[in-house]
Amino acid sequence: MPWLSTLMGVSVLGALGVTLVRNDKLAKQFTLVVSLIVLALTVAMAVQFSPNGDKFQFAETYDWIPAFGVHYGVAVDGIALVLILLSVILVPIVVLASWHDAEKGKRSVRTYFSLLLVLEAMMIGVFAATDVFLFYVFFEAMLIPMYFMIGSYGGAQRSYAAVKFLLYSLFGGLLMLVAVIALYSIAGKGTFMFSDLVGTVQDVTTQKWLFLGFFIAFAIKAPLWPFHTWLPDAAAQAPAGAAVLLVGVLDKVGTYGMLRFCLELFPDAAKFFTPLVITLSVIGIVYGAIVAIGQTDMKRLIAYTSVSHFGFIAMGVFAMTTDAGAGATLYMVNHGFSTGALFLIAGFLIHRRGSQFISDYGGVQKVAPILAGTFLVAGLSSLSLPGLSTFVSEFMVLTGTYQRYVVPSVIAATGVILAAIYILWMYQRTMNGPTAESVKSLPDLNAREKWVVAPLIALLLVFGFYPKPLLDVIHPAVKDTLSSVSVTDPGAAVPVAKEGQ
Amino acid sequence: MEPAEFIQHSGGAIGVAWLMIAFPLVGAAILLLGGRRTDRFGHLVGVVMAVASFVVAALAFVQLLGFQPGERRRLIPLYDFIPGMAKVGLLVDPLSISFCLLITFVGSLIHVYSIGYMAHDPNRRRFFAYLNLFVAAMLLLVLADNYVALFVGWEGVGLASYLLIGFWQHKPSAATAAKKAFIVNRVGDFGLLIGIFTIFATFHSLAFAQVFPAAHGASQGTLTAIGLLLLVGACGKSAQLPLQSWLLDAMEGPTPVSALIHAATMVTAGVYLIVRSGAVFQGAETAQLVVTIVGVATLLAGAIIGTAKDDIKKALAGSTMSQIGYMVLAAGIGPAGYAFAIAHLITHGFFKADLFLGAGSVMHGMNDEVDMRKYGGLRKVMPITFVTFLIGYLAIIGFPLLSGYFTKDGIIETAMEHNAVLGWLAVIGAGVTGFYMSRLVFMTFFGAKRWEATAHPHESPAVMTWPLIILSLGAIGLGAFLIVGNRFMTFLAPAVGAPEELPTFNPFSLTGLVTLALVAAGAAFAWFRYGAAEVPAVAPRGSFLTTFARRDLYGDALNEALFMRPGQWLTRLAVFFDNRGVDGLVNGLAAGIGGSSGRLRRIQTGFVRSYALSIFVGAALLAGAWLVVGNL
Repeated sequence: MPWLSTLMGVSVLGALGVTLVRNDKLAKQFTLVVSLIVLALTVAMAVQFSPNGDKFQFAETYDWIPAFGVHYGVAVDGIALVLILLSVILVPIVVLASWHDAEKGKRSVRTYFSLLLVLEAMMIGVFAATDVFLFYVFFEAMLIPMYFMIGSYGGAQRSYAAVKFLLYSLFGGLLMLVAVIALYSIAGKGTFMFSDLVGTVQDVTTQKWLFLGFFIAFAIKAPLWPFHTWLPDAAAQAPAGAAVLLVGVLDKVGTYGMLRFCLELFPDAAKFFTPLVITLSVIGIVYGAIVAIGQTDMKRLIAYTSVSHFGFIAMGVFAMTTDAGAGATLYMVNHGFSTGALFLIAGFLIHRRGSQFISDYGGVQKVAPILAGTFLVAGLSSLSLPGLSTFVSEFMVLTGTYQRYVVPSVIAATGVILAAIYILWMYQRTMNGPTAESVKSLPDLNAREKWVVAPLIALLLVFGFYPKPLLDVIHPAVKDTLSSVSVTDPGAAVPVAKEGQ
Repeated sequence: MEPAEFIQHSGGAIGVAWLMIAFPLVGAAILLLGGRRTDRFGHLVGVVMAVASFVVAALAFVQLLGFQPGERRRLIPLYDFIPGMAKVGLLVDPLSISFCLLITFVGSLIHVYSIGYMAHDPNRRRFFAYLNLFVAAMLLLVLADNYVALFVGWEGVGLASYLLIGFWQHKPSAATAAKKAFIVNRVGDFGLLIGIFTIFATFHSLAFAQVFPAAHGASQGTLTAIGLLLLVGACGKSAQLPLQSWLLDAMEGPTPVSALIHAATMVTAGVYLIVRSGAVFQGAETAQLVVTIVGVATLLAGAIIGTAKDDIKKALAGSTMSQIGYMVLAAGIGPAGYAFAIAHLITHGFFKADLFLGAGSVMHGMNDEVDMRKYGGLRKVMPITFVTFLIGYLAIIGFPLLSGYFTKDGIIETAMEHNAVLGWLAVIGAGVTGFYMSRLVFMTFFGAKRWEATAHPHESPAVMTWPLIILSLGAIGLGAFLIVGNRFMTFLAPAVGAPEELPTFNPFSLTGLVTLALVAAGAAFAWFRYGAAEVPAVAPRGSFLTTFARRDLYGDALNEALFMRPGQWLTRLAVFFDNRGVDGLVNGLAAGIGGSSGRLRRIQTGFVRSYALSIFVGAALLAGAWLVVGNL
């Protein structure tokens, strides 16, 4: 069965279907059903994935533009699979969370939900693409629905934020396009298929240039310091649901791209640039956290925490150890759940009070204990509290990096202190203390909102104590990636007697 | 005597040791998820879960005693937590079971006490949920058979501590204290984490059963680094210098919390970590030396702080710091000190919980007043509280034959043998303890009544006094039971080792006699100042030294000057730089290309869709051109 095409097809048909429904409420329900069907199908596909089988599974390849060797080629390895799972889990949650978000403005409610489903198809496509040109097309095309979601349904400064987001991304995309085409012609294989292009560029100087073309695009997308300034604007202006998909999934395309394309296509260049990337990552971790501490706007604060978290992911990717790489991949997934929960609960709060400013709140815990409690759990996941899944990935990234780069990982680990400051201080200012006059009548979470938050918290908890199902899928894929870069894990200085020996 | 081998175990109470953690965890889940529906019986669920956990611990203890001493280190594998890095299991051995018994027994008593203490609090159910959560996390911390699971418990108790310090979160002071505790602990955890990274990088394993037997193979530099990093973690959790500042503020939490978490159990986790990691420390003399220095410095600092506090809970908190200092000192000495460190930890768990709960009982009867200058003469109206408190007091100052006498004296004697300077400083600390604890008792229970007009002190209900009575029994007899005949040292040896030559208890040693004399002098001085003389209602200004002690040795001022203010400036600078610098540069570039940035925005809001398209088409053309050129 062509699983991946089916997933995308259902989403696209759903998107079309939504525009045909004449009633807004029905349109929402329809979108929710479609996204749940996609989720169910993806789960059905995922359980058939064999972690130790072929590297890429559920492969489909058709010629698209035969003259240039462009294919419609999709397949997944463990890394792509977990990111697709993340995407399709978040979509129905976002749909439910955004129930009333599109109603404030004059824009069409149906269009918003239709865009969500279009975006879902593209998110699946971008992670599944096995043709580099097809990846590029998805990479760029994804901008369009997101641009409209921010630009048409966002906050007061939505136009500025949307344009900044678009220009930044297009600039990066253009660099990548040049690199993609150069790669194609230098390889001289007459095909854009990823598997045919791996190992074709031998010359190190050429690798370096091509690497930069891809890397800058991904560094903007992720975003890494100092390419990050579009993110706080975009995330603060986007409706909460769109912000979740933007930061939770779209930005992961950047870190995913580094792992998949930068490492495998240009292994020598990747090793050459590793010190630079690790430095940028570490700066981003500390810098993002410090700037987050100083924010007065909740959504901007959450966006900056993500800049810090993306630093961890990029560091894990370029540390090139199995633990760090698997940790970074897991981090991409966990961060999606964690930051998703933070954005959505902050969104519920903002929706009630009509302000994003932290100083407009205080003592909410007293009037809305469930909202406050879930916000705290989401916050604790952002500061990587053990018992929540984010701890596992951060621990793996740091431990894995430490094996090769002691000083960077020690500096990066200060992030655990800074994270406690930005999260708990925000929590204290909004939820603790005497209840502010303006929030005295805030209602607690309603049933719909509880259904939004519950699955996210459940996922954070389950994978916090039992990350094995995800790691079992991720590990072989990461090992395979690292072996194509021909690096091996550092060994133990002092061997211990392992079990059964 | 070397520690015993690790043995895989199944069956019996030890085989289901995970139930100890599961009971309170389930309790917390029921109470938190059940919401208001469980308000009516929530406290009972909490108590039952804590007691159930104690029953499992007691059964496991009995089962463990049934094995030969050399076969008392039992591993219970649970599951693969982080594939490739850590499998999780539990380790039941004399060390962990001692902690389990302390945590679940004292924990259960404090649960019972809290039924009465929190009776009028509308959020009592939530309180019991957090207490249960704490017990579960603390048991995971001590039962874990590897460093990651230990760390999960370690931060878990930190979370419970955060939630409980800030339990009355409508009070800004409570919320701030909770946040401070968490952040200072995170500084310690940062050290602990790096220590764990180093362990993994060195051994490629985090399991105790693999790391400890191999530890001697690592270089001394590595072991020293690991030891010092673990010590940083211990300092955070156990409020040792220089990470002590959070503990005094933590007294914002309800008093049962102070008794359970910030006196009897959680704050002793640092001592546990050091003793558990003995295999590492014994290969790193420098690290051990630093541990002993930190211990001595903190035992003196805590005692000095204790002398100057009028807030009964803060005086006791200073005392806790100080007593844990003794334990850390002993833990730094090595196998000769381990048994005394843990024995003192256990007796301290009893008498300090007794003292805190007694203080809570006093506050309960005095409209939550904590200022001892407004107490006085309470021995007549609160007889049970008074007698139990008096026993706890005598135990902590080391009154002959009571618990503290045996365990603290053991530490002092061992320290004296190890290093005379450390030993004498510990003796001086004991003298100061005699002073500040006597001051506390005299100000509270003796002298004239200095009560507020609205105060109507009364004895607390039985649900609160019974735990006091039971704890005071422990404060009387536990020390002698553990120390006489080296009973505890022999019991603990399979887990932590023991010196070749077991110590003999000599009640008339010079050190012991000097210690007693100093304690007596301290108590007499306190009587002269606070018992016989009238206690002024307002604290006199006092000398520079008094101010120094009152202000917690300027710990907070130092943190503020060194970290908080520079941190605030750094944050402001970074935010400014980010808005003007990085983003300004980008916007400036954009403006440079497209004209003024205002125009850029205006144009593009209407224009950008076609703009996007044109870039896309342009890029496609470029691609086509490249292909054509490339193929020629």
